[in-house]
Amino acid sequence: MSLTTDEVKKIAYLARLGIDEKDITAYASDLSNMLDLMTQMGETNTDNVQPMAHPMDQMQRLRPDVATETNQREHFQSIAPQVESGLYLVPKVLD
Amino acid sequence: MHNKTITELAKDLRAGEYSSVELTQTYLDRIKQHQNLNCFITVAEEQALINAKIADEQLAKGATNLLTGIPIAQKDIFCTQGIKTSCGSKMLDNFTAPYDATVIEKFNTSGAVMLGKLNMDEFAMGSSNETSFYGAVKNPWDINTVPGGSSGGSAAAVAARLSPAVTGTDTGGSIRQPASLCGITGLKPTYGRVSRYGMIAFASSLDQGGPMARSAEDAAILLQTMAGFDTKDSTSVDKAVPDYSAGLTNSLKGLKIGIPKEFFSEELNTDVAAVIETAIDEYKKLGAEIKQVSLPNMKLAIPAYYVIASAECSANLSRYDGVRFGYRCDQPDDLNDLYIRSRGEAFGSEVKRRILMGTYALSAGYYDAYYIKAQKVRRLISEDFSKALSDVDVLMGPVAPSPAFGIGEKTDDPIEMYLADMYTIAINLAGLPAMSIPAGFVDNKPVGLQIIGNYFTEDHLLNIAHQYQQVSDWHKQTPKGFE
Repeated sequence: MSLTTDEVKKIAYLARLGIDEKDITAYASDLSNMLDLMTQMGETNTDNVQPMAHPMDQMQRLRPDVATETNQREHFQSIAPQVESGLYLVPKVLD
Repeated sequence: MHNKTITELAKDLRAGEYSSVELTQTYLDRIKQHQNLNCFITVAEEQALINAKIADEQLAKGATNLLTGIPIAQKDIFCTQGIKTSCGSKMLDNFTAPYDATVIEKFNTSGAVMLGKLNMDEFAMGSSNETSFYGAVKNPWDINTVPGGSSGGSAAAVAARLSPAVTGTDTGGSIRQPASLCGITGLKPTYGRVSRYGMIAFASSLDQGGPMARSAEDAAILLQTMAGFDTKDSTSVDKAVPDYSAGLTNSLKGLKIGIPKEFFSEELNTDVAAVIETAIDEYKKLGAEIKQVSLPNMKLAIPAYYVIASAECSANLSRYDGVRFGYRCDQPDDLNDLYIRSRGEAFGSEVKRRILMGTYALSAGYYDAYYIKAQKVRRLISEDFSKALSDVDVLMGPVAPSPAFGIGEKTDDPIEMYLADMYTIAINLAGLPAMSIPAGFVDNKPVGLQIIGNYFTEDHLLNIAHQYQQVSDWHKQTPKGFE
């Protein structure tokens, strides 16, 4: 199984991940090798096998719907790249 | 004092042989002296000495916790309030966590003194510590070789006696493989035994924190502090924590050890195989019975793991968006550019490779073929272990197919690096506990024996490791120049 450079560009865009033009061929080749490794799984019959998402197969724990955290907005925003009046700033989305 | 066990140090502190401040200073000096190993990303000198002073006051008042006043270092994946947590990445080079991980909180409560934060592969993705933004860590046994990864700084620091014990995390072997390559004792607990709260996520259904130390006896003391139910971690298991030191001296007479034949495949270095066989013979002398077992689906562990781990990492790492914390690119044109460049400029190539792989495996049209298929294979692998462990108490085999390899030797071929994880990753897929203990040397490089147990049998694994360490001295060897 091999991935084209266009496919790599598409996946990178889906992941919002910048990759250098000069590295794309290398990523395409590495990912193709990884996919070759993964196709080995196809040789094993897994009909009627339940997918295993988690080692403990436990149910998600529930807790009473009570607030346990205090508001620490300023504390958390103190490490943000750019904030103003308690808001996180990003480039303009709407003109 | 840097060659003493935690129990010995705790006794000396109470007898007034030296203070925690003096002990801490000794380790801080050693860390400075051996900076070339690159074990630490951050040395918390000032804070450590303040905490050592507080510990001395607690000791004077009769503090009973064995870790009070004992220096410890933390893998830089655990969030520490007020001290940088980088996870080995440029993305978090400017990140100081606004809270403590549960594991950190527990060590703080015990009175342990944190020396600093240890180097690691970027976001714990790697088996050699070469993917760290802060550069490769050197193996103290041979500084031209890797310490293993991802907890490479952790393992090298213990081997070089820069900290009596440390923490690590293990998603696919990241505690056991570096422990093996650096000749120390490492324990990956059962999934859910140690809280993941504040432990930066890589692959959430596989990640587990655990202790790395010189001996099983010391590892037991650390695990005692780390283990336990935590309401802040939704996958933490609500189960009583046993006394991990209580059963260390139990006899191994009648212990049933299973040897999976797949662990002795042709990829295994023959000298490493000989070391493992000698260690198993030693267990026979201790009264154990040996039985051949099989894990027929083990060869599928690598493909299944690299689908599942990559898929989970691509989801987990989507939080790094340049908006709320971490790296942000200069002068973004628009929101998309902000995301794309912030992530593109701050993630290294191994992390990018795995995000791309995971995004592909989760994308429409490929989800069933890769992700669901891998989860089905995961169940088959897990069932293999259940079956094998219904006949025997533990499984034993190698941790890694070879001893430490050269720095730069495998960086050009990611697949070759992945294949070196073949004996460790199946255990993470099943969620079982496992250890690596020093069992000998090949070409003057340490080799670890892997011991795999059933769910929540960490106490038994520590007992089995401790008994071996009573009749062997591999774990007491110190690399030249670090005595």
